[in-house]
Amino acid sequence: MKTMSDRPHIRVELLSNPIYLCGARELVGSVAKRLGFDDLDCSKIALAVDEALCNVIRHGYNRRTDCPIWISIWPIENGSGKPAGIKIVIEDEAKQVEPLKMRGRELSDIRPGGLGVHIIREVMDEAQYERREGKGMRLTLIKKADVGESPVRLASRTAQSSAAHKRQATER
Amino acid sequence: MASDENIAVLDDLAEGVVVVRPTGDVDMSRSPDLRMALRAVHEGRPMKLVVDLEQVGYMDSSGLATLVESMRTAKGNKTSMVLCAMNDKVRAIFEIARLHQFFTIVDSLEDAISA
Repeated sequence: MKTMSDRPHIRVELLSNPIYLCGARELVGSVAKRLGFDDLDCSKIALAVDEALCNVIRHGYNRRTDCPIWISIWPIENGSGKPAGIKIVIEDEAKQVEPLKMRGRELSDIRPGGLGVHIIREVMDEAQYERREGKGMRLTLIKKADVGESPVRLASRTAQSSAAHKRQATER
Repeated sequence: MASDENIAVLDDLAEGVVVVRPTGDVDMSRSPDLRMALRAVHEGRPMKLVVDLEQVGYMDSSGLATLVESMRTAKGNKTSMVLCAMNDKVRAIFEIARLHQFFTIVDSLEDAISA
């Protein structure tokens, strides 16, 4: 399994203002949908990105709303070149932390907060934090499309459906 | 009934019951509004607090944290707190966080009021 190229297929910059989280969720969820994930998985992937952005805003930038965050997206293909998942990278210029310290709280310790990292790791197949060169952090998220139908299959089904409708229209 | 743009608070559906009904996305930018609404309701120490999530399309961990805080307050005040009418996407985050067993969750507002 590999990403289709080194260059991101999508790269956006947003400010660290929580009001833009909805836009990031829409973007990621919509792209995941086109890559073959079902609705629930799309929602979960968007949730993981939302939680990652919240952590950057809340802990990295101490809730400052004017700092940059970058989201990059790649499709992942399998050995035969078919779409097989999504890779999302979130980068910032926030304070650097030890990647191994990026852990959520124990779930049995029920209290407000501290769930973001747990949710990210639960939802995604891979979640890796690292320091960026110079300043800031980078979070690489990978979700494999092992449940939903691939776009190729969906496209094929759509074509079949379209052909069937045309046949029905002709028969009428 | 009191309300702001995103959250309605209804106290006339059943005696001793207050229903808080947020709408739209409950994320980091909007969960503070829900927190304020719930805190205000707790000041009145109702017998039962129902959070009706039927019109919530999305919730993140900030929304969960808000509800966990409210549940703690409810337990301290001996207020019964019930969540209702959440969609599958919202329910998923409760399950991911293993919080679906911490809350009383029912399917409908009617069930919540009678629970």
